[in-house]
Amino acid sequence: MSGYGLLSTRGLSLSFGGVVAADAIDFDLQPGERLAVVGQNGAGKTTFINICTGYLKPTSGTVLFDAVDITGHTPRAITRRGVGRSFQLPQVFTEHTVRECLMLAASSVKQKHGFFLPLAQAVDAHEVDATLDLLQLSARAHDLAGSLPEGQRKLLDVAMALVLRPKLMIMDEPTSGVSTDEKHGLMEVLMRALDERQVTSIFVEHDIDIVRRYATRLCAWIAGRIAADGAPEEVLRDPIVVKNVIGE
Amino acid sequence: MNSSLFALALMDGVSYAALLFLVALGLTLIFGVMRILNIAHGSLYAWGGYFAATLGMGITHFGLSPLLGLPALFVAAIVIGVFLATVLEFALLRRILDKDPILQLLVTFAAFMVLEDLQRMIWGVQPVFVSDVVTQLGTLSVAGVTYTRYQLLVLPAVAVLAFFGLRWFLGRTALGRQVTAVTHHREVATAMGVNTGRVTWLTIAVGGALGALGGALASPTTSFTPGIGAEMMVLSFAVVATGGLGQIGGAALAALMIGLTRSFAVYLMPEVEVLVPYLIMVGVLLVRPEGLFSTAATRRI
Amino acid sequence: MRLRLLIAVLAAAVLGLAFTFPWLKTPILLALANGLAVSGVIVLIRAGQVSFGNAMFACLAGYSAAFLARAWHLDALLLIALSCLFAALAGAVIGLFIVRYRGIFFGMLNLALSMVLFSVLGKFGGLTGGTDGLRFDRPTLGFVHLEREPFETALLVLALGLSIIAGWVVQRYFASVSGQALAAIKTNETRLEYLGISAKRVFWGGYVLAATLCGLGGSLFALTQGLVTPEMGYWVRSGELVFIAILGGSGHALGAFIGAFLFEFMKLYTAALLTGAWQLVMGLVLLVMVFVAPTGVFGMIERRLRPGRSA
Repeated sequence: MSGYGLLSTRGLSLSFGGVVAADAIDFDLQPGERLAVVGQNGAGKTTFINICTGYLKPTSGTVLFDAVDITGHTPRAITRRGVGRSFQLPQVFTEHTVRECLMLAASSVKQKHGFFLPLAQAVDAHEVDATLDLLQLSARAHDLAGSLPEGQRKLLDVAMALVLRPKLMIMDEPTSGVSTDEKHGLMEVLMRALDERQVTSIFVEHDIDIVRRYATRLCAWIAGRIAADGAPEEVLRDPIVVKNVIGE
Repeated sequence: MNSSLFALALMDGVSYAALLFLVALGLTLIFGVMRILNIAHGSLYAWGGYFAATLGMGITHFGLSPLLGLPALFVAAIVIGVFLATVLEFALLRRILDKDPILQLLVTFAAFMVLEDLQRMIWGVQPVFVSDVVTQLGTLSVAGVTYTRYQLLVLPAVAVLAFFGLRWFLGRTALGRQVTAVTHHREVATAMGVNTGRVTWLTIAVGGALGALGGALASPTTSFTPGIGAEMMVLSFAVVATGGLGQIGGAALAALMIGLTRSFAVYLMPEVEVLVPYLIMVGVLLVRPEGLFSTAATRRI
Repeated sequence: MRLRLLIAVLAAAVLGLAFTFPWLKTPILLALANGLAVSGVIVLIRAGQVSFGNAMFACLAGYSAAFLARAWHLDALLLIALSCLFAALAGAVIGLFIVRYRGIFFGMLNLALSMVLFSVLGKFGGLTGGTDGLRFDRPTLGFVHLEREPFETALLVLALGLSIIAGWVVQRYFASVSGQALAAIKTNETRLEYLGISAKRVFWGGYVLAATLCGLGGSLFALTQGLVTPEMGYWVRSGELVFIAILGGSGHALGAFIGAFLFEFMKLYTAALLTGAWQLVMGLVLLVMVFVAPTGVFGMIERRLRPGRSA
């Protein structure tokens, strides 16, 4: 290994229309970490995730995953390399059932372009059921994804990505839009699932409590740069972070 | 191509473009305010033309003053356009606002089918051509070429008036600004206290009147037969799509492009005349799917 | 299972009608041809897209059948196969760029292309017979020369068989990996990409299938009439195909055929009763359907056959 982590960026920059969304970011993520990303809106955290998952192209710099250069690759290609993503607004197939959503996801693993291959036969049913179980969605397997409440939609969003057995899971505000009393339950299920599958994770969060409880490492973003990086408790005590991010 | 042929082609193109613009303007206005493509718009053109011809024949039949000829066209357009547009809006358009887009299209397509048959039942299948207005206004000679005053002056004047009039209305009047608000963001406009229902109806009525006006103004120069509504529908749609949905300036530019190219094609290479509008449409859409004057919308994948 | 029974009953009914009332053979053939074209349209509708230009593939297939028949007097089976192939190829080539578009832009570009074809066919009369179209002689069917009546009967049986096969193909496709991914394009294309699936490639596959089915419909239409005209590719024709899809029910291939038969027979009746105001009647029927039963006739049937399950 050449000194790169599971996910690394070198000099990653993106600016548009005079706004610097990412400012020469050097970053390494090691396998097994649970990284929380905080920052005010517009600080650049979502931009960073979008570049790493292929939604945006950087103006300069490189992104490496598993020591392979993935800069500028499409989301599809990056997904295939082992990066899973969940969204702030859960992206599910609203007119498919929960189980069908997972089956569709699973079908991409073997890449069978089945024009005639029934979906049910193209996937490993055990894998699908195991993932449903893991994310506690088994009870709603035959309900339409569009009918799920927000919390379960988030879990489905993650489940669909997990079915692909990614090495890294990037989650954009996994608990946003979920009621406060459900947040912890949701994170428990999520983190347990990620642990069981041995998936490294990055999650963008606004809830500091959640960050304290579940993250092993914390990066605070300010104006397109990583202003602080380290153990959550330390970073949260950093005066710059307190002033610019937590904003009390 | 000598200079007089060039001048003829130019004039033909401009007057044709003027008609196209009026019809396209109506279509694009309705799309802007409802986000629905009104396939029945072509029928409004046809009805406007047929009705104008009927009025024209009535004027002659009842021995009324021939001076009424030109105003009658406008009256026909406004009466028929507003009436049909109101019926469409009330009976159909307002009830399909939250339906699947495919269903919305089909509803207007069904309205088109109904209007086509009704038109055939009322006016029959024989060509209807009442050209008194054109002959009345006479011709004039410019640089050795003879034009009809109607085509050279009336049509472009109406188009230009419509263009600037609408721009002024939308930009400078309170009601116009309400229309713009509803066009850009319906929910926000309602929240700001705009009577979206009334504004929508008004815009559709104006749009319908413009479509009918295109037909009414075309009727002294073209004979109207069944199928003319369908033909104008797809043609005006080509103009709107090329110019950008909901874009007034775009419709003007696209109408000129298509009108002029078509006109020159008639004189230079007649076989491609019918082809030209759609080739332009394909060409533009392949390069700029949102049309020439599209608003910079961030497309999510 | 009950659905298969229904299909068998309907097929038998169609055959029964054809043999009892020989004058119904032409309308039945036209309905089957339409049904095939519409089954192509419902493939696109499944992806949430509507094309107001799919008649162009029916038209292309029809004209290629006519050309081949006039030039080489090929057997009807060959004509069908080759013209379908041509439609599929056209779909494949056009699909390469058209699958980048969605929604109204997709619809518009399809419309534009179909109008280009329509205009070309109408104007370049030397090659294409112009607005009068092209006639061609009745070909052999299965290398047997048949008189008009037996030819129609044989063609009808063939068409019915092809329709059942096509319907099966479409349903199987819908249940397949590609077909399910196609349906996912409608609800969340972003997610597909983030699952590593190429939405464009999936859509392209659906587009080619749709073009082939429309082509099959077009070739049968041509063989039934012995004549092809540019009207086959007119935008109103494409609109009628979408109309039939919604009327019959766009959720299932059977809906396409139910819609096509309803369409054809309503046309017949209104022609007889209301001196040709069939568009008026159809338009009103469609309006009622959209508000009362947007899932079409098949949607209504399905609720009886499979209560509690949504399409």
